Amino acid sequence: MLSKVLIGRYIPGDSVIHALDPRSKILLTVLFMVIVFLANSWATYITLILFVLIVTKVAGLSIRFLFDGLKLILVLFIFTFLMHVFLTKGGTVLVDGGFFTIESEGIITGIFITLRLTLLVVVTTILTLTTSPIELTHGLERMFQPLKRIGFPVSEVAMMMSISLRFIPTLMDETEKIIKAQSARGSSFRMGGLKERFQALLSIFIPLFVSAFKRAEELAVAMDVRGYNVKGKRTSYRLLEWKSSDTIAIIIMILLAALLFGLRAIGL
Amino acid sequence: MIVLNDVTYKYDDSRRAALDNVSLRIERGDWISIVGANGSGKSTLVKLLMGILETYEGDVSINGIKVTEENTRALHKNFSIVLQNPDNQFVGATVEDDVAFSLENLEVPREEMLEIVDTVLQEVGMLEYKKHEPSRLSGGQKQRIAIASALATDPDVLILDEATSMLDPQGRRDVLKLVQAVHKKRKTTIIYVTHDLTEVFRSDAVIVMNQGQVRLKGSVDTIYSNPHILEENNLVLPFEIKISTALLNQSIMSYAKLVRKL
Ligand SMILES: Nc1ncnc2c1ncn2[C@@H]1O[C@H](COP(=O)(O)OP(=O)(O)OP(=O)(O)O)[C@@H](O)[C@H]1O
Ligand SMILES: [Mg+2]
Repeated sequence: MLSKVLIGRYIPGDSVIHALDPRSKILLTVLFMVIVFLANSWATYITLILFVLIVTKVAGLSIRFLFDGLKLILVLFIFTFLMHVFLTKGGTVLVDGGFFTIESEGIITGIFITLRLTLLVVVTTILTLTTSPIELTHGLERMFQPLKRIGFPVSEVAMMMSISLRFIPTLMDETEKIIKAQSARGSSFRMGGLKERFQALLSIFIPLFVSAFKRAEELAVAMDVRGYNVKGKRTSYRLLEWKSSDTIAIIIMILLAALLFGLRAIGL
Repeated sequence: MIVLNDVTYKYDDSRRAALDNVSLRIERGDWISIVGANGSGKSTLVKLLMGILETYEGDVSINGIKVTEENTRALHKNFSIVLQNPDNQFVGATVEDDVAFSLENLEVPREEMLEIVDTVLQEVGMLEYKKHEPSRLSGGQKQRIAIASALATDPDVLILDEATSMLDPQGRRDVLKLVQAVHKKRKTTIIYVTHDLTEVFRSDAVIVMNQGQVRLKGSVDTIYSNPHILEENNLVLPFEIKISTALLNQSIMSYAKLVRKL
């Protein structure tokens, strides 16, 4: 179940999109999010959808796969849609149920807002699917470098993020093991009254926390003996290289924004 | 050469000394094994050797220079360590990032790093896993990466604190073989902590610890032929070693000689 969530997952590949600098990918994602808010009509939304489909293809991702990933947040989409259907008024009345009405404006706004949400989720997913967590962290670290001057601990936060990401699978495995061990002892947080369930949860969380602290302590020693010094200068193994493809990608994004402005200007 | 002179150390919150008047001499290029039951002070000794214990009694000197608060970082720069739990010492998000971690801290230029990372990964036979994430490796593979990371800084001294104790038999064999290869090729001083007495056979000297004290120090043969001292210190000689020493006692060959023959 959890393994189906796509946002935040990374799938290695050698597409043009994979090879882009993480900084440009982060920037492109932010730009696209802004552009999404420019869309206000069928033509503009269709343009954006076509664009996302092309990007998905170029990234070597399957569209089916991306949609399967969306299924898990389907409830959120349906909720957003229904809210607008019932709350937005205008246009012709399609259904008159007495205490509520469904009007055409409502349906259209519902569709548009749901599309907007989908587009936002999909681009973020494409970002994480094509950029490894370490690259993302590294990209963010570089982008926020200027904040160092006002005393913000950019490198430390980046190190924390990368270590957290690195330990997520380890702790997931551990949680699974503890759950198995506890259910072998007859404890289950799916059954029993509130009190039993709470106790069962505690029996999972307490060992998990104890072990996490122990890990943290050992990791601190390991980092220490390997010469890590919070205040020290370090060189970087990973190289961020702004290539011409990054510039081109940014230009394409700006053209997309221009196209949307154009469509709006001619009233499409 | 590392020399410990009457070193005593107490953890802040404990009454008993974790190291009790320990004196040792470790020659350059030697393979020293440290054995002892749980809580006997092995890891504390390792911490001392790595220079991460403060305020101990007695003194430690490295290559003739006494370790002080000021010079400890510099003197221990050429010491590397591999710890017990493969998961808790993997700092990088991928194999190559992990191997590069110490190099980044030493401000090694990137071009050099790229070369070193490949060389050490090749040496431990893990080059093809360069881009892998730790969660996709077996325990033995993770320990080989930990050794690669330790070797990246080209250490004079490599310390392994129960590096094999969480591994399956195959993983243990691989790691032990690798350590032997490293010792032979690089002439690195090896300090090998274990409570598995079958793993000490390659060492030049074995140190038996109990309650923070060094209880016995000698060659592999000395250790193997003193089972009663081992038992006094809560260690048990493995059955296969008991048999082979019994057999060897009938002949003229020593255990070390036998191992060299095999
Ligand atoms: N961080 C600590 N704080 C307080 N006491 C400690 C700490 N670490 C170890 N000790 C104590 O010091 C003594 C020696 O512990 P040490 O970890 O050196 O033993 P060890 O031989 O490595 O054992 P093991 O085989 O379990 O790894 C033990 O009594 C232990 O309880
Ligand atoms: Mg220990």
